[in-house]
Order: sequence, then C-alpha cells, then structure tokens
Amino acid sequence: MQQYETVIILTPLLSEEIAKETINKFSTFLTENGAEIIQEDNWGLKKLAYPIEKKSTGFYHLIEFKAPGELISKLELQYKRDERVMRFLTTALNKHAIAYNEKKRSGAFNKKPKTEEAK
Amino acid sequence: MAKEQKIQYVTAPKVDDNRKKYCRFKKNGIKYIDYKDANFLLKFINEQGKLLPRRLTGTSLKFQRKVAQAVKRARHIGLLPYVADSLK
Repeated sequence: MQQYETVIILTPLLSEEIAKETINKFSTFLTENGAEIIQEDNWGLKKLAYPIEKKSTGFYHLIEFKAPGELISKLELQYKRDERVMRFLTTALNKHAIAYNEKKRSGAFNKKPKTEEAK
Repeated sequence: MAKEQKIQYVTAPKVDDNRKKYCRFKKNGIKYIDYKDANFLLKFINEQGKLLPRRLTGTSLKFQRKVAQAVKRARHIGLLPYVADSLK
C-alpha cells in the first residue's frame, strides 16, 4: 500500500451541494475499492492562475489516502469520465512528504516556518 | 601639476559580495517541497513565471530538481501560471 495524494478541481458552475456530492462520490469510490482515506481538505472556491476550460475559478479538493497502486488508474479513469472535474493531479508520497503532511495536519505550521526562514 | 590619478583597471573590479550563496533547503533541513504552497514557490520563479536558475537562487542541484517538479505541479493545478507578465 502506497500513500497518495490527489487534488481535483471541479467546475465553478456547480452548486455547493452538487460539488460536495461529487467529492463524496470519489471518496466512496476510494473506500469501496480498498483505499484508506487519511485526510480530506476542501479548499473551497479558488481563483485559478490561468483559465481552465474558459473558467477562472474552481472548487479545489484534496484527498490523502493509502491504496494499492492499481487503483490509481481506475480513479483517474473516473475523473476523466466525470465532466465536472476540470483538472486533477495524483502524486505518490514519499516518506518526507508523509512527514510534512503529518506536521501540517497537527498544526505545526501555524506561522509557516518554512517561508519565514527563507527570507 | 599633480592631477588626481585615476586608477584604471584592466578588468572590471569585482564588487565585493561577501554573502556566499547557500542552499536554503540544505541549511534549514527542508526535505519536502510542497507544490500546494504557491507563495513559497514564488521565490523560485521570475516575474514571467519562469524558473530561476540555480546560479541566482543558490539552490543545490538535488533540491533544484525538486523545486522544478513542485513548480510544474503547481502550474498544472492552476496555482501558478505557465506564462505571466507581471507576477511580482
């Protein structure tokens, strides 16, 4: 079981409920197929840096999960079939990424030490 | 007449810059670069949205590769632009 992280961008044309429903559809798809969801993060409606499908905003949602590798292609197939998904990105997490995400979840980055030090 | 003698250099004098460049990831022990943190990645691109070279940022090769990967991911999910005019 490898740990993954997936970010999806949904069309801004959806209402809140439908957006939530769409996200639920994917998370239940994951759990039904033997994945274990570690965390979910809804970023809400965000402005895009450049227009995607002629839209300038999108609903962002992030799911972190543990799953067998074969599931990823199935998940991405689901994304492609769903026209409400404008963009998606799935990345495998290595041990540093997992440590970083855990730290972030526990609230160690309240003031973002990373950006502070860099100045 | 003792005119002030101007010192002429054959090559341009080196402006003393004592600050040695260093890799901020090595120095601060950062092991993972988050592609979701667009504000942080902004330090590694110029105002056109292009990646800055290592010779300007001082990043080590190992982390430059990771910065590049993170910037490309951030662009894909619409957090950073592929092309821009006045980003900063």
